[in-house]
Amino acid sequence: MRLADTLRFARDAAAGYPVRTALSVLAMSIGVAAVVILTALGDGARRYVVGQFSSLGTNLVIVLPGRSGTGGFNPANAITSTPRDLTIDDAASLRRLPSVRRVAPLAVGTSEIAHGGKLREAMVAGSTAEFIPIRNFELAQGSPLPDEDWNRGSSVAIIGAKLRQEIFGTEPAVGQLVRVGDRRLRVIGVLKPLGQGLGMNTDELVIVPVSLAQAMFNSNTLFRILIEANSREAIPAARTQSLELLKQRHRGEEDVTVITQDAVLATFDKLLGALTLAVAGIAAISLAVAGILVMNVMLVAVTQRTGEIGLLKALGASADTIRLAFLAEAAMLSGVGALLGYLLGQLGAFALRQAFPVFPAYPPDWAVIAGLSTALATGLLFGVMPARQAARLDPVLALMKH
Amino acid sequence: MALIELSGIERRFLLGDTTVNALNGLDLQIEAGQYVAVMGPSGSGKSTLLNLLGLLDRPNAGSYRLEGRDVTTLSPEEQATVRSRRIGFVFQSFHLVPRLTAAENIALPMMLAGIAPAERKQRVAQALTDFGLDKRADHRPDQLSGGQRQRVAIARATIMQPALILADEPTGNLDRHTGDEVVHLLEALNGQGVTLIVVTHDPALGARAGRQLVMEDGRLKHDSAHAPG
Ligand SMILES: Nc1ncnc2c1ncn2[C@@H]1O[C@H](COP(=O)(O)OP(=O)(O)OP(=O)(O)O)[C@@H](O)[C@H]1O
Ligand SMILES: [Mg+2]
Repeated sequence: MRLADTLRFARDAAAGYPVRTALSVLAMSIGVAAVVILTALGDGARRYVVGQFSSLGTNLVIVLPGRSGTGGFNPANAITSTPRDLTIDDAASLRRLPSVRRVAPLAVGTSEIAHGGKLREAMVAGSTAEFIPIRNFELAQGSPLPDEDWNRGSSVAIIGAKLRQEIFGTEPAVGQLVRVGDRRLRVIGVLKPLGQGLGMNTDELVIVPVSLAQAMFNSNTLFRILIEANSREAIPAARTQSLELLKQRHRGEEDVTVITQDAVLATFDKLLGALTLAVAGIAAISLAVAGILVMNVMLVAVTQRTGEIGLLKALGASADTIRLAFLAEAAMLSGVGALLGYLLGQLGAFALRQAFPVFPAYPPDWAVIAGLSTALATGLLFGVMPARQAARLDPVLALMKH
Repeated sequence: MALIELSGIERRFLLGDTTVNALNGLDLQIEAGQYVAVMGPSGSGKSTLLNLLGLLDRPNAGSYRLEGRDVTTLSPEEQATVRSRRIGFVFQSFHLVPRLTAAENIALPMMLAGIAPAERKQRVAQALTDFGLDKRADHRPDQLSGGQRQRVAIARATIMQPALILADEPTGNLDRHTGDEVVHLLEALNGQGVTLIVVTHDPALGARAGRQLVMEDGRLKHDSAHAPG
């Protein structure tokens, strides 16, 4: 029998039993849809986290005070056990490094911000002019922090969009005086609204010069130093160079930790990638179940169509022809189911993206391909047994069943 | 050379612990172009004989030569090819595929044999005209009368231009008039040289054949070709 005829025959046979066909197609499509939607969720989570980390800034190298990890025994540490402060001068020194484009020291604390009788709790970030470009923030109004001596901060502040809204309402904020803690600061800029980011909500942030923040919180140490490397390739160099420089400045003591965004990203990427894979595996179980259902449906089809099989044999069909016809039918059931499931899954992922716009719920290509081919493979695999059974039928007995 | 040569054919069925000898030491020769009626009481082995002649069944012993070739030793695939090219079946209960139209049912053997669609179409159109089914081409079996169904079945049995047509009680489910029509069709085919073997319970129908075989308990009780007188 010609291939086109085999396919048409199988299609007509499947169409001849609509309920049975619809059920197995449905089962298969649910399996594939599950794979598509679940991996879209898993991969969406991965993309979301990776995206959040990327939005911290590009080519970021971060210096934290204190040594982390297992450093082994360090004779220098044994003598002076308290780590040295990470100072503004430390940060300033890093600017000289060849692999570094920008440096921003960061001191943080919470304080209250008040104006015209309105008072609010706010997160205060002490930094420099470079902070906003390094973190990829943007100003909605006004100007950035002045480019001045880092140790002598002017009494100015940049406030987040939500703070501006809550304190100034519809009035212009730039140029106004606000009280932050016990200081009077002039608002020189307002940040564009960004929403919830990783770590801090910038919409409720007050950015002030770093020396001012340190004075406010009465501390000499920095919370972080943010470094932007010249390029992606320069990240490792920036890391080792800054580590080396700070060690020198701290009398040979390695009392800071330098992490790169890359490393953190890679870890999360791997972790969440594995999670997606696991979820895909679980969803694939439903595909196997669907495969078994297709097998049952095909076994029923063989019993229901015993008379027809006998007739086909009497009309000169070889065992191969009959095997192929039934296999084609099983492949069709699972193929159509897989396609339908794919569409359903994409629709579900689309609905997810509509409902949660920040969440990039796109199924990864590998999952779609794996899901579809698993569906087809199980359909065929489980179609083999019924097809063989059909081909083996004794034509005389089969004809008597008509 | 005879078209069909059976010698020493045995076909036994096991029913529980008893063995039924459906065919018991059968010797038979049928010449090409003959018109043979097979008669006999129920259970005498008529259908078993027909299935065997049609290569749907294998004997437990004995040899079957079709057109000079020993067909019992052929592989199942080769037997399928012989069924496809040389043999046409007509059944009592028509055995049409319910979801296929009359035209598609007629084309089925050609489709199974892998004949090109264009030729199929042409031959089906011819067959539909020959059997007076032009207006029924797109009807499904449940939209056809019994006589029309059997005509579709006969058209299907002849579409591959077989040498041998095997009909097991082809009029059994039809009234007298339509039954006669069907018999005339089969006889016309025989007139064109096709060997025709018909199993029947109807003595009048059996009498029309050129040769009568009467079976009993798996043996030939009477063969008009060797009848005394
Ligand atoms: N598949 C089978 N299994 C067991 N016994 C069978 C089988 N097929 C036929 N027989 C037995 O073989 C004998 C011959 O059966 P067969 O169908 O050839 O009779 P028949 O002459 O065609 O009868 P009828 O006129 O009723 O159709 C019967 O006794 C029947 O019970
Ligand atoms: Mg019978």
